Amino acid sequence: MNAIELRDLTLKLGGRVVLADISLAIPSGQFIGVLGPNGSGKTSLMRALLGLVPPSGGTISVLGRPATRGNPRIGYMPQGSGAAPPVARLSGWDFVASVANGHRLGLPILSKAARAETERALDLVGAAKLARRPLADLSGGERQRLLLAQALVGEPQLLLLDEPLISLDPHHQQDVVELVKRLQDELKITILFSAHEINPLLSAIDQVLYLGGGKAALGAVDEVITGPVLSRLYGAEIDVIRVKGRIFVMSGGYEVERDEHRHEAAHGHGAAHGRGAHGHV
Amino acid sequence: MGVELMAMFEYDFMRNAFAAATIVAILAGTTGYFLVLRGQTFAGHALAHVGFTGATGAVLVGLAPLWGLVALTTAAGIAMGFTGERLAQRDVAIGLVLAFALALGLLFLHFYTAFATQATTLLFGNVLAVDVPTVVVLLILGTASLAMLAVISRPLIFASLEPELAEAKGVSLRLYSVLFLAIIALTTAECAQIVGVLLVFALMVGPAAAAQRFARTVVAGIALSAFLALIEAWGGITLAYYTDWPSSFWITALSVAIYVLAVVPRPVAARRSA
Repeated sequence: MNAIELRDLTLKLGGRVVLADISLAIPSGQFIGVLGPNGSGKTSLMRALLGLVPPSGGTISVLGRPATRGNPRIGYMPQGSGAAPPVARLSGWDFVASVANGHRLGLPILSKAARAETERALDLVGAAKLARRPLADLSGGERQRLLLAQALVGEPQLLLLDEPLISLDPHHQQDVVELVKRLQDELKITILFSAHEINPLLSAIDQVLYLGGGKAALGAVDEVITGPVLSRLYGAEIDVIRVKGRIFVMSGGYEVERDEHRHEAAHGHGAAHGRGAHGHV
Repeated sequence: MGVELMAMFEYDFMRNAFAAATIVAILAGTTGYFLVLRGQTFAGHALAHVGFTGATGAVLVGLAPLWGLVALTTAAGIAMGFTGERLAQRDVAIGLVLAFALALGLLFLHFYTAFATQATTLLFGNVLAVDVPTVVVLLILGTASLAMLAVISRPLIFASLEPELAEAKGVSLRLYSVLFLAIIALTTAECAQIVGVLLVFALMVGPAAAAQRFARTVVAGIALSAFLALIEAWGGITLAYYTDWPSSFWITALSVAIYVLAVVPRPVAARRSA
């Protein structure tokens, strides 16, 4: 079975076409790296899968059903959510627990099942101890783990992780990728993981979904991250250089992905002041 | 001392003051916690100013000021919830609306000339002047507000802590924003009876902000916030009884003192350990 099927999907954001006529199928249980320049539609695609952005054309099928808002079988980690340390001294536990049955009316008193679900999610990412400390005292990497636990509440079959590596140093980036890989193996779930750079993901992903210029390419890294395919997506001459197992995507003299990342890191910092603002699409 | 303390309860106005302060403090401490958690404290301040227009307008047409307060703050709160964060974050727009609200209130006072003392009461409150019918109204409105808050509290916390995730899970951010600001509007109207529209911030935001510094869970935070608000309200009235200074001054002074105590030691301690 396919976890995600897109048929002639067109997505618009404020009148601008972000994705045009995309058709693809992602099999269940795969770890997909989602790449592409700023504004190429990584976030928009995830929001469309969540039913938050209606397609302007075509259809989206998620886990065998049309995309609808509030689908409990999708776990989601929004972009930039780890950037802003909260003012309150609330423990990480409260943040993760707020997700359990969080959409239901009533007092914020956890049922036994909700408590168990919160603990299960925390155990999965090895953050049971971490969660007792105030969130404001945690490092970026530790906070990222709790956000991952949040996404896992409710036993989702599909995990959408929007730029989890932003503002992490390379060492912590590798930890996050390994943790997500372990979750894929243990839980047999499908994972969409967006990033600005392919290299941290190389060891973990099954396929790469590269977005650009309204188009998309899905396939193994060696099929997609090539000069001809990326030149088509970027609409410019792109060279792909492989050095000691690392991949560098170059346009003319400069490195494309690296530059995107720098730009985004500066952007992510600004977004920390206004949560909920979408830095890019 | 104990006997002397009890002596103040021999006066009707003191019993009314304590009853009103108890109701309002519990409500303000509870809703204020959410207000601070959501980073919307300025909205509370703004609603209080709008309330001044409502209160003076009500007097002008021959109604009790409380109803004008309730009507206009609720309308403004709901409007704010619908326009969403975009408007709430526009300092200049809100600042101008606030100034205009006070100016309109002034105009209404101008038409209703025999009104100078009531103006002071509206602006700065006078809990010692609260009568029994007002206490009853405060109790009914307060209970209704708390009941509404209890019903929506779980999704409200989810939407406040993780708005984007909550939205993805099917929680309507706008719906809860509107409902919450309606509750805040009622709380503002209640607080204005105790400390006046200009000092609502002291009772609604002070205790909650102090509680945020200590509580590690939402439930503990709400409880601590309500407890601090009670201490400040009761303490303020008691001090007013002994000093004959205005109760609103004492309540505000206690609120500021507790907030400073909650905030100051932390950076100092951090600097020492560094």
